[in-house]
This record gives sequence, structure tokens and C-alpha cells, in this order.
Amino acid sequence: MSDVLLSIRDLVVEFPKRDKVLTALDHINFDVRRGEILGMVGESGAGKSLTGAAIIGLLEPPGHIAQGEILLDGQRIDNLPYHKMRRIRGKKIAMIFQDPLTSLNPILTIAEQLIETIRTHLPLSEKEARERAVQLLEEVGIPAARRRVDDYPHHFSGGMRQRVVIALALAGEPDLIIADEPTTALDVSVQAQIIDVLKKLCRDRGASVILVTHDMGVIAEAADRVAVMYAGRLAEIGTVRQVVLDPHHPYTVGLMGSIPSLTHDIDRLTQIPGSMPRLDNIPKGCAFNPRCERAFDRCYQERPDLIAVEGSEDSQVACWLFDQEASA
Amino acid sequence: MLAMLIRRLLQSFVVMLVVAFIAFSLFQFVGDPINNMVGQEASAQDRAELRERLGLNDPIPIQFTRFVGNAIQGNFGMSYRMARPVSDVIAERLPATLELAMISAFFALSIGIGLGVYTALKRSGVLSNFIMTVSLIGVSLPTFLIGILLIYLFAVELRWLPSFGRGQVVRVNDWWTTGLLTPSGRASLILPAITLGLFQLTLIMRLVRAEMLEVLRTDYIKFARARGLAQRSIHFRHALKNTLLPVITITGLQLGTIIAFAIITETVFQWPGVGLLFINAIRFVDIPMMSAYLVLIALVFVVINLIVDVLYFVVDPRLRATKH
Amino acid sequence: MTTEQTTGDQPLRPSLWRRIVDSDLFYSFIRSPVVVVSAVLTLIIVLAAAFAPWIAPHTPFNPASLNLMNGFTPPFSVNEFTGDVFIFGTDSQGRDVFSAILYGARVSLLVGFSAVAFAMILGVGLGLLAGYKGGWVDSLIMRVADVQLSFPAILVALMIFGVMRGVIPPQQQDQLAIYVLILAIGLSDWVQYARTVRSSTMSEKNKEYVQAARLFSIPAPAILFKHILPNVTGPILVIATIGLALAIILESTLSFLGVGVPATQPSLGTLIRIGQDYLFSGEWWITIFPGMTLLILALSVNLVGDWLRDALNPKLR
Repeated sequence: MSDVLLSIRDLVVEFPKRDKVLTALDHINFDVRRGEILGMVGESGAGKSLTGAAIIGLLEPPGHIAQGEILLDGQRIDNLPYHKMRRIRGKKIAMIFQDPLTSLNPILTIAEQLIETIRTHLPLSEKEARERAVQLLEEVGIPAARRRVDDYPHHFSGGMRQRVVIALALAGEPDLIIADEPTTALDVSVQAQIIDVLKKLCRDRGASVILVTHDMGVIAEAADRVAVMYAGRLAEIGTVRQVVLDPHHPYTVGLMGSIPSLTHDIDRLTQIPGSMPRLDNIPKGCAFNPRCERAFDRCYQERPDLIAVEGSEDSQVACWLFDQEASA
Repeated sequence: MLAMLIRRLLQSFVVMLVVAFIAFSLFQFVGDPINNMVGQEASAQDRAELRERLGLNDPIPIQFTRFVGNAIQGNFGMSYRMARPVSDVIAERLPATLELAMISAFFALSIGIGLGVYTALKRSGVLSNFIMTVSLIGVSLPTFLIGILLIYLFAVELRWLPSFGRGQVVRVNDWWTTGLLTPSGRASLILPAITLGLFQLTLIMRLVRAEMLEVLRTDYIKFARARGLAQRSIHFRHALKNTLLPVITITGLQLGTIIAFAIITETVFQWPGVGLLFINAIRFVDIPMMSAYLVLIALVFVVINLIVDVLYFVVDPRLRATKH
Repeated sequence: MTTEQTTGDQPLRPSLWRRIVDSDLFYSFIRSPVVVVSAVLTLIIVLAAAFAPWIAPHTPFNPASLNLMNGFTPPFSVNEFTGDVFIFGTDSQGRDVFSAILYGARVSLLVGFSAVAFAMILGVGLGLLAGYKGGWVDSLIMRVADVQLSFPAILVALMIFGVMRGVIPPQQQDQLAIYVLILAIGLSDWVQYARTVRSSTMSEKNKEYVQAARLFSIPAPAILFKHILPNVTGPILVIATIGLALAIILESTLSFLGVGVPATQPSLGTLIRIGQDYLFSGEWWITIFPGMTLLILALSVNLVGDWLRDALNPKLR
């Protein structure tokens, strides 16, 4: 078995509008390794959530994959018919949404929702599935799970509901979990708990996680590697340590400079001037060029692809500043 | 839940009192009841005596209390036009209207919900678009015109179905007659039931479609899809159940409307129900009949509202008392 | 822009026509062919009804002009006795159905427009009052509205009609029937206006510009009409358009039930009721043509109303 679980190759997602086609994801390339937690960061609208939706095959029409491939265990899954993709959802790839208050069906009990999901993917009887449901709830840390399994979602607090959501996502024993801003809608006090539960359960099962968030604190706490997105493109990908402590892309540098830190003494937070371009107004060359202090001629002419950075293992950056061949 | 129900009951009681007062005022403001009872030749003294005997000289609150007391016992006085007790006439006619209303409601609900779900799921299908366009015509088509067109097509041109009356009816017991047990009774029901139900059908269909589309966009449906649940379960177990919550309220109120719209259908098909009775009461200013019908209809609406509330509690777990 | 500054005598604002053509509303109108057709059909029927005395080939309700020999002439055919041609045929009296429809639509539209105007004035007035005054005035008006809204309009209209019939002396009933009808339909349909205007008034009255106007002791009616009312013209227009379709349907229904306009002044509903008797003997045109006219009119107005609601609703755009 190869080390790579999921592989995104040259992925392009387009949204046809009345008079033009918007390119929401523009030639994305990255791998998710077995058992790792890959963080995905970027501003709203950068394409993080869209990447997750594209992987699990739930892009909202008219959005669609226009180009590229998504490989799971070496098999293409981006072109599967509905009934085959359904077998992968929940079983191989699961997804956790942002708002636990709206993610659960309000008129079905937790047991009903869990049992249905378990029995969709595993050959268990009603009774066995119920046992499994209770077990899952215990694992995600719901007290008195056996008693509470027959409650409705509105009987649980936000944090508890997100635990239920995690239990539902884990019900089919998936290899990959896409967690789309799983803590954004929660109180700060429970955010860390949810991340802990997610991290622990995935480690125990050897499942990989794509953790979509705009919270660098969450990334630093949980992720192994980080992918930074900007305007539908991947700006940089590398280990958490490298991206946080030694960012390469000028955008990542700006992003890190805007985060307050308790451990390091930074005199003042910096901010990146300007704002991310809208999808219908992306400049030629590097998408970041209008805001980049270090942009030069080439950045306005050619689009940079991900290139390996010499000296720092495992990291790639889409920036002409790091093009060794040109500078050599 | 009990507190809620009691509050609802109290509200209903107030509404009924208001309606009863309106019904009562009809007697006060519209014409002189004495004129309607005695002939032109009655002397002034006879009139005054009758007035005293009927208690028409009593203060208004006392008269009103008496009216409510009588109404509760089903006594609305004598019909001016038919010279028979209003309650008898209504009891005689009520089964026809109720039977028609029930069948139409069933027709409107089953087909309306079915088509609503279909057009929501096959959103851009050719058939869906066709159904939606036709339904727009359905909303603009006055009920009586639907009836006339149906009569023209199925009774006059094709001669398949009867165009008026209830056909042969069977007496079930003292107070109930039914047309459902005879072939001619059943055939007579078809056109009026379609006429009465069609408008509600289009409304229910459009409502179900709109709600269903709304529900299909929610996070929990997306999450259900992301868990790989079967399409059928997502559509019917998850989406439809949530769709039907708001639909129950409006549909319940629509059922009340069906009873009111029965007036029109009964006129078109000469259906011997209370609606036809009411129209004739208005034509001939038969005040006791009008006021009795008003109270009856209000009662139907109030009861339906109560049933809708109770149903809501049964279906929506969020409204039930919390266990913890 | 630059030319306007140099030539002083040109108007600074573009002409009204220019503004209409440039507006989003006009653009969305032109882009929806169904709505354009509906609007044109509505306009044709309204104009034909308004100019009925000049357009109609016959004067259908003048007994002197009728020829019984023309009775029951089928549509599009020549009468065998008189040689006259009637495009929509004639009724039992030899009355031209086409002319009767024109005059009938005139009555239907007159009642429809008047009822809408009455409901609008009443609803807007009560809505402004309830929203601006608040307190018990508001509670009273809205309670009445709630109770009324829980009963179908047809029932409310029938009830009002029944009461009026009892109050008005019999000899004046035919004469006053149209006004009673307008009153009954209008009273059954004011709630929507009142609700919309009330909620808008409540949110608008606390805004700074209204508070400022109050500080300058501008009288309340002036504030209401000048500052608050313009904010609700869009929704009111939508309610009025859909209300017009409802009023036309309601009027025809009441007339069909025989409690509307008198037979000497028939509306489309009356024509359909009279024609229904001949349906069984094969003279379908007497009732079907007025029915179709009513359907086209109600459908067109409804479609325009639907479009207007979508086009003016910023949430859906």
C-alpha cells in the first residue's frame, strides 16, 4: 500500500455564470498521506471548502470539475456515477460541516440517524448497530451515552452536537475525514475539546483528516502539514513547523505576521494591504501580485506553479522568488 | 404542552364568542325580526306582545347570553324562509357537505403532496415544468369556472358523469346519509370533488415544492448526502418529513377553506349541502340561517386550528416537553 | 454628464421615459416574454372594456336592439334567418356574446379596480395608523386583521353582502348592488396592505430622518405620507396587482352565485351563470367565451403580479 491516500491532480473547478465562467479552483495539486492531518488555511472564498466539496463529490451545481483528477487509493473517484460515489461517501470519505446546530436532522433522534448511517455502510443488525451507536457516542465523549442516544438533537448543546456529528462521520469507519471549519461555530472554550476528540479518534483509527479552517491556532495545535490557499490556487504547502515558523510565500509570511502569539514576543501585528481579488477579477500572472511587496516583472507575466524549495524538505511554494533554475 | 393547549382553547373560546356576537348582531341590525315573523296585517299591540314574549325588550347582554345558551344547544330559531328549525335543516344537509369536503381534501392532499415532491426532486425536468405551468393556470381559475368546464367536458360532451345532485344516497343512521355506497352516488361525487379540490391541490403542491426545495438546501441534508445515505432515504425519510411540518399548518387552514369554497361548488353542481343553503339564505336574507352557518363555519375553523396545533406537537419533537 | 454642465437649459435629470427604459425593472420585464404577453393581454382587455360602447358591434342590453330571430346563433357562422354574423355567437335573446363580454368585462374591471383602490386606501391608512400610533390602536387593528385573515375572503365578502342586503331597502338594492359589491370585496382584502405598511412604518419611524422631521414639528400625517409611504410603494404595488386578480375572481364568483351585480348590468360572472343553463342543450359558447375571457384576464394579471413580486424582491435577485 502506498503512503499516499488521496491525490489531487491538476484540479480545476468552474462555475458557469450568465456571461462568463468563474474558475473557483485553479489547477490544484496536493496529496494527503495515510494517517496525517492536513490543515488547509486561507481567507473566506479562497477555495478551501470548495476543495473539500469537490473531493467528496458534492459540489453545488452549476459548479463542476472541469479538469484534473482525484485519486483515492490510486483509483479515480471524480468521475464515478452517483450510486458508486455514494458507496464511497461515509464509508471511505466522510465530511464534518461547520455548524453543528444545522448539521443534524431536527426531527430524527440521534439513534435513528446513527443507526441508519452505520447500517448503510456496515453489515450489522438493528441491534448491533444500536450497540455500535452507543459505543461511538461514548468514544466522542458524550456522557451517559446509552441514555442519551434516543434524544433529539435539540436536547444537546452546540459542543455536544458537534461530537454527535463526529460520531456520525466516523460511523462508516472512513479512511479520510474532511472537517470543514469544525470549530468555527463553537464557543472558544469547547473548540479545543472538539479538536482533541477529532485528533485522538483519527489517530486511533489511522484515518487521515483534511482540516479546513482559517484559525492558525487550530492548525498549529492539530495539523501535521499545512496547505495555504489564495484566490482558488495553492500558494504553499509544507509541514506545520516550516509554514508557521519559516513561511516562504509572501502571502503566508503576511498571514503569519497577522497572528497574535503568546509564546513569541512580537512588537506589533502586521497586516497585508488590500484584499483578495474576486474570482472574476484575478490578475494575470501570480494572483497575489497586487498585494506583494516583493513582486517583480515575472510575477505580472507568468503564473507560478508549485515548486520544491531547496533546503526545506517536504515543502513546495508557488512563487517565482524561489525559482532556483531562473536565479541560477 | 398542556399549558399551551389550555391557552389555545381559551383563545378559541374568545374567537367563538366574537363570532357569536357578530351572529347575534345580525338579528339586531338587519331588519326587524318581528316583521319577518308576523304578517303585514298584525296590529301594533300583537307586535308589542310578541316582542315582549320573545324577550326582544330585554337588555342586550341578557339577549346575547340567551342567544349563546340557545346556540350551544344547537337552537338557532326558525328559518324565515323555510319555517322549520334551522338546526334540523342544517343537520339534514351537513352530511352531503362533509362527505364532499372530505373526499376533496383527500384528493387535494394526496395528489398535491405527491406532485409537490415530484416537482421539487425533478426540478428542471420537462414534466415538472409542465406541471408548474399548469398549476399557475389552476391558481387563476375561479372554482366555479373549473366546475363548468368539467361539466361541459365530462357531462355534456363525453356523458361519462352526472352533472348535478348527489345521485342515490343511503341512510346510514338517523343523522347520516351517504352517497358512497351506491354507484350513482360515487359517480356524482367525482366532478364536485375535483372542482372543490383542484384549487387547494395547486396551492398544496406549490407549497410542498417550495418547502421541499428549501429543506433540500439545508446542512443536514448535505450532511446526510455526505454520509452516503440512500437517495430514497434522504428524500423521503429526511427531507419530506421536515417539509411536512410547515405544510401541516397551511394545509389544515386550507381544509377549513374547502368547507367555505363548498358554497361555490355546491351551487355549480346543485349539491344539496349547507353551502347551497347558505347562499339561498343570503339571497332571501334568512337571518337565523345565516347566523347559524356563520357560527358553524367558525366552529369548524376553530376545531381545525386546534387539531393542527396538536398534530404539530405530535410531529415536531422540538415542541414536545424536554425530557431533561 | 459634461454636456449637462455646459448647457444650462437642459434638464439635469434624464427624462422619465429614459429612466424607465434604463431601469432594472424594465430590463427584467423585456427579458420575460410570458410577462410581456400577459401585460399586453391585460392591456387589450382593459382597453376593450373601457371603450366597449365604441368597439362593441351591438348594444347588448338595450332590448330594442335585439332581434329574437338571431337567438342561439353559433359562433363564426351566419344566422339562417337574418344573415347576421356574430363571431362569438348569440344567446337565447339574440344578444351578441362578444358585445356582452365587452360590457361584462367593463363591469368586472370597474368593480375589481374600485375594490382594490378601496382596500388599498383602507389598508394603507389603518397600517400607517397602527404602525405609527402603536399601543392599543395597533393591537385592536391587528387583532381584527388576524381574525379576519383566518376566514377565507369569499366568506367575509358573502357575509358583508348578506348584511348589506338586509340593511338596504329592497327597491334600492339593484341600484346600490355595485357599491355593496365593491365594499364587500374591498373589506375582505385590506389586511395584506395593513400588515405590510404597519411593519414598514414601525421600522421606519425610529430612523433618524423621521426623528429629525419630528423634531422640526412637522405634523404626523406629513411625515407619514412624505417619508414613510414611499418606502412601501413596491410591496403595495405587488399586493395590489395580485389583489386585482383576486378581486376580479371574487367579483365573478359572487355574481355567479347570484349575489353580485344585478342581471340588468351583468359582469363576466353573471354571463357565465346565465350561460350555464344552456350548456346542456349544446349552446356552449354562451358560457365558455365569457369563461375564457375571465380566465385569460385573471391569469394575465396574476402572471404580471408574480413577476412584479419577484422583480421587486431584492432577496430573490
